[in-house]
Amino acid sequence: MSVSVRIPTPLRKLTGGADEVAIEGANIGEVIENLEAAHPGLKERLCDEAGEIRRFVNVYVNDEDVRFMDGRGTALKDGDEVSIVPAIAGGC
Amino acid sequence: MNIVRALKCRECGQEYDIQPTHVCEFCFGPLEVVYDYEKLDGYFTRELIESRPQTMWRYKELLPIDGEPTVGAQNGFTPLVRAKNLEKALGVSELYIKNDSVCYPTLSFKDRVVSVALSKAVEFGFKTVACASTGNLAGSVAANAAAAGLESYVFIPHDLEQGKVLGAGIFGTRIIGIKGKYDDVNRLCSEVAGKYGWAFVNVNVRPFYAEGSKSLGYEVMEQLGWKAPKHIVVPMASGSLCTKIHKSIKEFIQLGLIEDNGTAMYGAQATGCSPIAKSVKDGTDLIHPVIADTIAKSLAIGNPADGYYANRVINETDGWAEDISDEEVVDAMKLLAETEGIFAETAGGVTLGCAKKMIESGKLPRDESIVLCITGNGLKTQEAVVDAITKPRIIDASLKDFDALAEADGFEAAA
Repeated sequence: MSVSVRIPTPLRKLTGGADEVAIEGANIGEVIENLEAAHPGLKERLCDEAGEIRRFVNVYVNDEDVRFMDGRGTALKDGDEVSIVPAIAGGC
Repeated sequence: MNIVRALKCRECGQEYDIQPTHVCEFCFGPLEVVYDYEKLDGYFTRELIESRPQTMWRYKELLPIDGEPTVGAQNGFTPLVRAKNLEKALGVSELYIKNDSVCYPTLSFKDRVVSVALSKAVEFGFKTVACASTGNLAGSVAANAAAAGLESYVFIPHDLEQGKVLGAGIFGTRIIGIKGKYDDVNRLCSEVAGKYGWAFVNVNVRPFYAEGSKSLGYEVMEQLGWKAPKHIVVPMASGSLCTKIHKSIKEFIQLGLIEDNGTAMYGAQATGCSPIAKSVKDGTDLIHPVIADTIAKSLAIGNPADGYYANRVINETDGWAEDISDEEVVDAMKLLAETEGIFAETAGGVTLGCAKKMIESGKLPRDESIVLCITGNGLKTQEAVVDAITKPRIIDASLKDFDALAEADGFEAAA
């Protein structure tokens, strides 16, 4: 299963400047592992010591926040778009 | 005097040179401006501040720009109103309204953060500025950019109040409505910011932007006679204002400008979008994002970036957080208008309504000083109250008709 992962600006140093990479994986957890294999250093930016997605990292599958789905276990299908987005503020 | 030291990650402590960036490359934590306060020893005095013009820039040493402000030099310094009528209505002894519903030039506290963000953007050399907004920020970016001769793009949810859409569009900005909630707008902007190289006030220049909120806190303390109140109630969307007002108080204490008054911070949210209030009430620091659904659209951020820090500030200061229904929001907007003559936007209703609830529950003591932060103007969110206000009674231009009406109201002609 291949999905495209959109890489935010602060992480592009690790992907050789690429803003989008194609990665295999049946769920978000696998995609993160495979991202790490292809671009070492990415996992520790995205996940804490326990392997959970960090507080300030938002991961979306086709525009849906994985926290509203199954988190790291969120299943993926061929062609899905995964976005990694740092939390940002507005309002008060 | 420039005392800005660096950008520092709030999570891992990594420091970065001053540049247009907002997240730590190592842990994705948010970056914050840090200062060398000791450089101000003996220089930054009450007398110096009082000698300056009444704008937010009288505290410029504590705002993160290098030179003089180039955008929004007149902004800020709004009234602090002693709310005598509201004190009676709520049964409290010392209540103040910090009234940013009349902030210059676009009637919300966003004029504070935007003047810092755009002044910094100009220093960085940006020609185009942009924002993701629930409305107030869009208007403020558009207006301040127009006055500064900058190009601007503003991104908003497509279903915002008409007053806020118009209040941005009039300034000739490029206004983009996104089919989705604010959180969707935010996500798109985070990606656009990386791609187009603009100064997004709440993305890549956010560490500077957010510091502008501190000026509201400085003003409250100066206007109270160089004193912090015992309790401050603020509306929460991302949670940023709550943390920055707290920072402003700590800075004034550190600089010897005020005594430590043990000020407690209180957060207000609408029940339809209350992830931070819920975390405080549940006694956890885990913020669970929600899909926002409330008339208080300026607070409708389901995934609050500073929620964790707002939660921490509230806990550390022995404050509390509360949330109220949309109906209570409207009631509170009317209460504020009818007692103090202040027409606040829905977020102001949230702040007052939550304060009322916390006074009734005993979380806010009745006999100590309380400041309510009113951050935006009701003329921009008229839809929320249009069905709740008294309609005009229509009569002919006839004295007889009016006499009948006055008599029904219990008035008699004078002599």
